[in-house]
Amino acid sequence: MSGGEIKTAISTRGVTRDFQAGQETIRVLHGIDLDVRAGELTYLVGESGSGKTTMISIMCGILWPTDGDVEVFGTDIYALSDNELVNFRLQNIGFIFQQYNLIPSIDAASNAAVPLIAQGMDRLEARKRAVAMLEKLNIADQADKLPNQLSGGQQQRVAIARALVHEPRLVVCDEPTAALDAKSGRRVMDLLREVGVAEDRSVIIVTHDNRIFDLADRILVLEDGRITHDGTDMPDDH
Amino acid sequence: MLTGDKQKFYGLLFGIAFSTLLITQQLTIFVNLIERGASGVYNVPTADVWVMDEVSRTTDVNFPMPATALDKVRGVAGVEWAVPHLRANASVRTQEGDLEGVGIVGVDDATLIGLPKNMIEGDINVLAQPDSVIIDDVGVTNLFENGQSPIGERLELNDQRAVIRGIGDSIPSFTSQVVLYTKYSQALRYVPGTRNRMTFVLVGASDGVSPDELTKRISEQTGLRARTRDEFAQDGVDFIIENTGIPVNFGITVVLGFIVGVAIVGLTFSLFIRDNIKQFGALKAIGVTNRKIAGMVAVQAGMVGMIGYGLGVLGTVGFISAFSGVPQFKGFYIPWQVPLVSFAAMVLIIALTGWVALRGVMKTEPAAVFR
Repeated sequence: MSGGEIKTAISTRGVTRDFQAGQETIRVLHGIDLDVRAGELTYLVGESGSGKTTMISIMCGILWPTDGDVEVFGTDIYALSDNELVNFRLQNIGFIFQQYNLIPSIDAASNAAVPLIAQGMDRLEARKRAVAMLEKLNIADQADKLPNQLSGGQQQRVAIARALVHEPRLVVCDEPTAALDAKSGRRVMDLLREVGVAEDRSVIIVTHDNRIFDLADRILVLEDGRITHDGTDMPDDH
Repeated sequence: MLTGDKQKFYGLLFGIAFSTLLITQQLTIFVNLIERGASGVYNVPTADVWVMDEVSRTTDVNFPMPATALDKVRGVAGVEWAVPHLRANASVRTQEGDLEGVGIVGVDDATLIGLPKNMIEGDINVLAQPDSVIIDDVGVTNLFENGQSPIGERLELNDQRAVIRGIGDSIPSFTSQVVLYTKYSQALRYVPGTRNRMTFVLVGASDGVSPDELTKRISEQTGLRARTRDEFAQDGVDFIIENTGIPVNFGITVVLGFIVGVAIVGLTFSLFIRDNIKQFGALKAIGVTNRKIAGMVAVQAGMVGMIGYGLGVLGTVGFISAFSGVPQFKGFYIPWQVPLVSFAAMVLIIALTGWVALRGVMKTEPAAVFR
């Protein structure tokens, strides 16, 4: 972190989210107020059903809140039109999914280039930049391989490359270390910090992998749709 | 994505190819089969106009006219030539002792107009010899087994002797009936006697007189029915369409081909979308628009469709080529309209099933990718 003014990456105010289960309305998030700072690696931790997936989906603009406001780097994202929101995500947010969700029929470099191609960049140029990102992640030699020819760890690096190739200001990760051994998991976290965290950038990670809790700048614990802990360490009772 | 999943890729390819094959092949056979209704006309390319009794409908559904009809027709201005033509049915006793129904075609004694244009074996002048007949190639297959040459063979035709002295290269009739060509005077001996036996007068138009104009003149001046070559050929086709269940039967098969295509392609498409829904969700979360995803799937589906369509049409070409040596399939061809129809059917199948499958992607919330 720099010594300058700390910027806010994500700001939520009074965010609630209800789901309909038959006749019953279930409130998953209860008016959450939260500021995620830029330049930090923030963990969102909680048990299954605590609302962390819903919370992260709302924070990155892919699930509308029932109520409340969400600003990402100063933009009230749910005030945008559908197309503007899609474009906002494309320009500003990178995603790393738990199951990677790489496209099976195209090679690693093309997978990593997807956001750039979606932005309208020339395919060759996009591929060149994707290969450069894969090089940063030490798997440029796998650029021509299809996802099913790569190991789990290599697929994850391709997914990380896809999340970072367009230099988004916010990177959202869902359980990035769940399928990895402890050593690989820590390496991935180091990588994310190295390439994703900067003065005007932020990485937010949903996890319940206690092997990497010590690597967080900030840990938010979500229980029953409410933030019950906000600190640099996990609370003792977890 | 679609091309990367080999099972579904081949499944789609099979569905499209099979559907295209069924539609193209059945339509091709249908068109060729009903065109056989006009084979009697196509086999006499020299006649511009066919004149007949007003109740006659086709070359096979005819009513004889008095011999004076020939003179009446010859008296019409614009008639370059007019010759008698006889078409009738008879029974022939085969070498095995069986009876076979045959068509007798009696052609003008002097000019031999009415014979097929080409001969496979022998010369048209063999009809000058006593009791001569020319058999068509369907007859060779049906009456003579094991490749035995029919030349010189004798037939018993309504108690009359007939000697085969040539093989004509003719288009088979709709029923692939054996046809024997002989001189008009000889044909009168083979056909059981009735007062009137001349079924048609074949006419050639003088230079500068159109067949359309000539048919009008002949009808007006003789009271007989006159049809141009094309009109009479169409009459034969129409007769089959109106009087047989063939259009319905082939229509059912074509519809079944379409339904099979929709079922196989639709199911495979749906499976493809279901299996890749997380990838589509991921693309939507990243910021790829529904339109781009639809375009991506459409391009891939279009490519699979074109390959499958090509294979289906190739299959039809292979089928037609493989059976081209069989007399019943002789002269079969693929009319250019048929591949167009099957192409339209393929596009419809892809569009319909793709649209249904893509609706799932369009409705998928990007947030589903985190669940």
